[in-house]
This record gives sequence, structure tokens and C-alpha cells, in this order.
Amino acid sequence: MVNIPSSIDDTVPAAEVEDVELYHPHSWWTTYVFSQDAKVIAIQYSLTAISIGLVALVLSWLMRLQLGFPGYFTFIDADRYYQFITMHGMIMVIYLLTALFLGGFGNYLIPLMLGARDMVFPYANMLSYWLYLLAVLVLAAGFFVPGGPTGAGWTLYPPQAILSGTPGGQSGGIILMLVSLILFIIGFTMGGLNYVVTVLQGRARGMTLMRMPLTIWGIFTATVMALLAFPALFVASVMMLFDLVLGTSFFMPAIVEMGTQLQHGGGSPILFQHLFWFFGHPEVYIVALPAFGIVSDLISTHARKNIFGYRMMVWAIVIIGALSFIVWAHHMYVSGMNPNFGFFFATTTLIIAVPTAIKVYNWVLTLWRGDIHLTIPMLFALGFIVTFVNGGLTGLFLGNVVVDVPLSDTMFVVAHFHMVMGVAPIMVIFGAIYHWYPKITGRMLDEIMGRIHFWVTFLGAYLIFFPMHYLGLLGAPRRYYELGESAVNPPSAHDLNVFITLMALTVGAAQMLFLFNLVWSLRHGKEAGGNPWRATTLEWQTPTTPPPHGNWGKELPVVYRWAYDYSVPGAPQDFIPQNQPNPDRLSMENAS
Amino acid sequence: MSAMLIFLAGIAVVITWWMAQQRLTSKPWLEVGNAGDAPRYDRSPIATAKIGLGVFLAVVGALFTLFISAYFMRMGVEDWWAIPIPGLLWVNTGVLMVSSIALQRAKTEAHKNQTGVMKIALLAGLVTGVVFLVGQVFAWRELTRAGYVLADNPANSFFYLITGMHGLHILGGLVALSRTTLKAWEGARPDRVRLSVELCAMYWHFMLLVWLILFALFAGWANDFVDICRQLLT
Repeated sequence: MVNIPSSIDDTVPAAEVEDVELYHPHSWWTTYVFSQDAKVIAIQYSLTAISIGLVALVLSWLMRLQLGFPGYFTFIDADRYYQFITMHGMIMVIYLLTALFLGGFGNYLIPLMLGARDMVFPYANMLSYWLYLLAVLVLAAGFFVPGGPTGAGWTLYPPQAILSGTPGGQSGGIILMLVSLILFIIGFTMGGLNYVVTVLQGRARGMTLMRMPLTIWGIFTATVMALLAFPALFVASVMMLFDLVLGTSFFMPAIVEMGTQLQHGGGSPILFQHLFWFFGHPEVYIVALPAFGIVSDLISTHARKNIFGYRMMVWAIVIIGALSFIVWAHHMYVSGMNPNFGFFFATTTLIIAVPTAIKVYNWVLTLWRGDIHLTIPMLFALGFIVTFVNGGLTGLFLGNVVVDVPLSDTMFVVAHFHMVMGVAPIMVIFGAIYHWYPKITGRMLDEIMGRIHFWVTFLGAYLIFFPMHYLGLLGAPRRYYELGESAVNPPSAHDLNVFITLMALTVGAAQMLFLFNLVWSLRHGKEAGGNPWRATTLEWQTPTTPPPHGNWGKELPVVYRWAYDYSVPGAPQDFIPQNQPNPDRLSMENAS
Repeated sequence: MSAMLIFLAGIAVVITWWMAQQRLTSKPWLEVGNAGDAPRYDRSPIATAKIGLGVFLAVVGALFTLFISAYFMRMGVEDWWAIPIPGLLWVNTGVLMVSSIALQRAKTEAHKNQTGVMKIALLAGLVTGVVFLVGQVFAWRELTRAGYVLADNPANSFFYLITGMHGLHILGGLVALSRTTLKAWEGARPDRVRLSVELCAMYWHFMLLVWLILFALFAGWANDFVDICRQLLT
């Protein structure tokens, strides 16, 4: 423990070693490969997620090349284009964002920020990673089977997803996708149990729920949501697998394909949509809530000011989590459902804007008159706020049934969800990596490369996605392989597409610089020390950096205050760590 | 999705009840501990493993509720005709009940440190659990022989799918239960296996409850409930 005068150590009962017996690795394999240490698992999760994310990034380049220069790259035919779309979407949403926020940051930060030695069920935690890796490998195997991966779109709507007209529809592609999802969900459940129960039971002395950093609140709430929402995707995947392999008719209606009547009959494609979006909408917030939490901590630390409205922030996280379970059908306005349902779901959707807006106000008010340090994590946090507001505002358009109907299935929707759930969370992920990299490795990421990375990524993302809104308003449909000469694709729109493609390639190149920075700084980065950002939360107070297995050495930290004591009037420094008690009584005792 | 919304409402009640006890209205910025204070652990006295199992059972509950939701929604289509309930399922239900009672007994005996009875009760629970699974397979065979095959009708498909999923969960439980039983028969003291026995009993009671709901569903007793839900939604 740091900063506690040694004279009072005797009066504090020695924080005994956790009753969870720590697993002690005996060999190189159990230390770095089959590790049960949450920090190693976090790094494994993150590296796997980033690797498969790179595949998705390359797929987006290929799609953009086709849209910017149709017909020029002959190897991108219509089938491949749909396969690229599908894999890009699925990988980014589930295998990158969900896995990185919960499996990566969750594993690294939950035990450290709460003052625990490890997760409560380390063995299940390890299994969680290996199932995730298996899921990723099964997914990637889709590229190598005859017929290629599925091209059904990331929503995998039946009946088209399992018909022969869809790429990968009657071959291995769709099977591998469904099996991979099932494996991912089983693996995630094992990890998710750990994240939830560690928050419930693993906190250090004095770490009450209302003293937890907002990062933990975000990850905790998102995990609870994911545990309840992912079963819907599981059920949908299993039932679709039955329809495909065993010939049942859960989702498949009577259908004539290529002149032959299929065996199926009576199934309900809408049923699939309900199940899928019952998972799919909470998924948006499963990604967003950890981002909300992390960005709150980044802003508070780098503006040297306590978070504005902490309680309100916690309540907003919980309320957003709860509301997100009753809005799913706003993805189905054009599915022909009862208009009264549309009214109900539009109302709940728009109500979510209230707690979300509270959060945005509180971030801005935290910045207000703060001692803002424009460090790279802060730049990304600011980038997030702006992007999230932009994406959120177009969400208000799409949440209204009458506005959504003409905009549905246009590039406007693509622009909206990429801003709000693509660019915005990715901004937070970058900010978080720049922020916590010094704790993970002991070295800072290079500043100049970081700034180039930020500005190219931030400005580039806007140059990519702002024009897409305009294309959408023109009527340019999404998911089309090629628009040709049409009213929705005038020459000016085509020039715009070329521009977007060039920007996409540029932003992609900036990510290569980021990856180089990650590797280069391991060796050549500036020595960081234990607490380079002078932050209050517990992970920065570990006795050694990077923290060893067990995190805390002999004694667990004791928590005396909340996580946001920055610039406290009268304090000798502009931050007071969470494990530092109020010295008043001690100094008074000494004086007497 | 009405069944799932009801389930979620239940979960929401539990979460709200829990959160109400967590002093969410406290003002953490005013509450700084003094040097020399010894703040307490702020966690539940219930064993961590039990809480873990509780959370897991909520996930399993969500899974089966979603299957049931899908069942109700698919039921509305005309091509549906209910599957007959083989008499064997009544026997299986009884066997699973016996299994659950046996494990409850094992739990009580573990608390009383009665190793002998506990060991026998555990074994009885294990054997009846296996018998239940075998019985389910025989019920499947009976139905298939009578011509009710998987892909013929959505009711059949759901029956095989959901009972299969339940069977898989029982199978997973049997793995844990056999490890516990083995530990008890190898002579571990009752206080060493007490927690494992409690966890097994908890899981078993839950799977019994799930089975009873599924049984009511397949037997058609839940149809009135479905009608009410449908009226609520239209």
C-alpha cells in the first residue's frame, strides 16, 4: 500500500489474503498460455480481438474499393462483396467490440480497480478465453471452406441466410458462422459470470458500490445485460442450425427455390427477427456502456476534476441498461408489424435519449473549467463525445417510425450506426489503450505517433461517414454491390464514393501506425513509472508496474474514498488516491 | 416475446430489490474514511460460488424462457398440431422429483455432518438423474417409432429441441454431481463437500422446476396462459 503512514498500519487489521485460493502457475505454459491470471487472459483476449478486427478492417477496404471503383477490381464479385459485408459486420460487433470491452478491459480492470487479487473463478475465466479463440478460429475457417463464408448480412435473416442463392447459404459458411456464435456465447457466459460475481464479491475493504469507478459500473451493467441478451442469439442460432441441417421449419416458410418446392413450411422469419433484435439492440449498449464508463474516467483524470454528477451517471447507466431491453423492435419498423407496436417502440427508443443526454451533459460539465490536459487519451475522449452526439442525433431521426421508413435500408443507416456504435466506441478503445498501456507494459506509447494516429483517425472518420448521410438522403441503398447509372447515383454521388474510399484507406493506414506504435513502444517507449497520469483509482497504486500475478503483493489495498478526488482544495497534490485515508484524525492525534 | 418480458420483469424485481439495499443514494464524495478506520468488506455473506451459480441459473432461465417464447410465437401458425405426451414422461418426471428430493436430503445430512446417509443420498440422486436421462431417450424413441419425427411438425421440432436442451443441462449437472459424489465416497469430511452438495441440490431443484414448466407446456396446460398473453398483445 502506498501513501499510508506506517504508524497507522498496526491499527488497520492486516487485509488478509482473499479466501479465493490463488492458482499458482508452475511452468511457462501455465504462466503465459494456459494462464488463469485475469491480466494475462485480458491480453490474450485483446490481441485475439485486435487480430480478427484487422481482418474486418481489410474487408472494409475491399468493400470500399468496390463502391469507389465499381468493376475495377475483378476479384470482388457480388458474392464476395456480400461475404465481406457479413464478416465485417459480425466480426466488428461481436468478436472485436464485445470481446475487447468485456473480455479485454473487463478482465484487466475489474480485479485491479476493485482491489482484488484475481477474478473469483479463474479456471472458468481461462476456459472463456479458449472458447473465444476457438469461436474466432471457426469463424475464420469460413474463408477457407468451399463456397466461402456466409454472405447473408450480419443479421443473418432467414430464409435467405440458408438458401442456395446466398453465398455460403447451403455450404459450410453459414454452419461455421452459427457454430462460432454458439461457441462465443458459451465462452462469454463463463467470462461474464466472473465479471459480475467479482464485482459483487471481490471488492477490497471499503470499496462500496458507490465508490467504484464508472468504468466498472459500465462493464458490470453491460455484462449483466449481455448475460441476459446473448441467450436470444444462442436460441436463434440453434434453431437456424436445425432448420438448415435437420430440415425443421422454425423460421423457414413454404418456399420455392430454383423451381423446386423445399421441404420447409409454415416457419416464421419474423420470429427470427424478434430473437435476433432482442439480442441485437442490447448489444448496442453492451458495447456503449463500457465505453461510457471508461470515457468518464478518462475525462475526469485528464481534466483533473471530479466527475460531475457521479450518482446520476451510475443511475443513467443502470436505466439505459434496463430500457435497452424494451426497444428491440425499432429495428423492425419495416417488417410489417402492428403500427401500435411501432408507436410503443418509438416511444421507448426516444426515452433512452434522456439518460444518455444526462451523461453527455455531465461529461461536458466535468470538462467545464477543468484543468484540461490534451493528452492522447483526452483527445480520444473528446473525439468520442462529439462523435457520440452526432451519431445519437441521427438516432433520433431513425427512432421515429415515419422518418425511418424512407431512410430504412439506405446509406443513412450505415452512417448512423457506424458513428454511434463503430467510431464512437473505437475512439474510447484507443483512448483506453493509450491510457492503460503504461500500466500493462510499464512504458508510455509514443506521443508523436499517437497524435498523428488520433488526428487522422478522428478527422478521417468524419470524412468517411458524414458524406454517407448525404448519400442516404439521396436514396442510395445500402448492401448494394453496384449502383450503376441511376437516379440515386448521380455522377456527383459517384465522386463522393471515390472520396470516401480514399479516406477509408487513409484511416486504415493510420491504424498500421498505431499497431507499429504498440510494438515499438514495448522496447523504446518512455519509462512510465507506477502512476504516470497521477490518477486516483486503485490500478495505479499497485506496488509494482506491471502488476504481478496476485496484483497487490502481501496486503490488499483498503479503500477510503471515491475514485474522483482530483484538485481537492487544500490537498498537497491535485489527486488523492482511493486508498489514502483522511489524515485529519491522525494529525490531530499527533498534535495532542 | 411476452414470456421473456415476464421473465425479465422478474429479474428486474430481483435487481431492484438488491440495488435498494446498496445505498445508491449515498454521496460518496462526502464520505472519506479516516486514517485508522477499518472499513469492512462490502459483500454478501452468501458463499461466492452460490452467487455464481445463482447468476448462471438466471442465464439458463433466460435461455429456456426464450425457447418458450419462440414456442408460443411459432404456435400461432396454422400448421401446428400438438405432440402426444408419452406416458413414460410421467415416470421420468417422478424420477427427477425423487432425484431432487434425494439431493435435498443429502444437503440436510451434510449440514448435520451425517456422512453415511449423505453418501447414500448423493448416490441415489446421481442414479435417478441418470435414469431420468435414459428415460428421456426412451421417450424420444417411443415418439419417433410412432411417427412423430423431428422435422414433420413444428411442435415435434420444439419438443425434441427443448427436451434435448434440458437433457444437456442435466448431463452437465451429472458431471458436477458425480464429482461431488466421488469426493464424498472417497471419504472427504462433510464440511469439505457441504458447499458442493448444496450447489448440486440448488441446480437440481432449478432443473426440476424448468422441467415441470416444460412438461406443462408440452401437455398443453399452458394454453390458457398463452391465450391470455396473446390477447394482451393484440
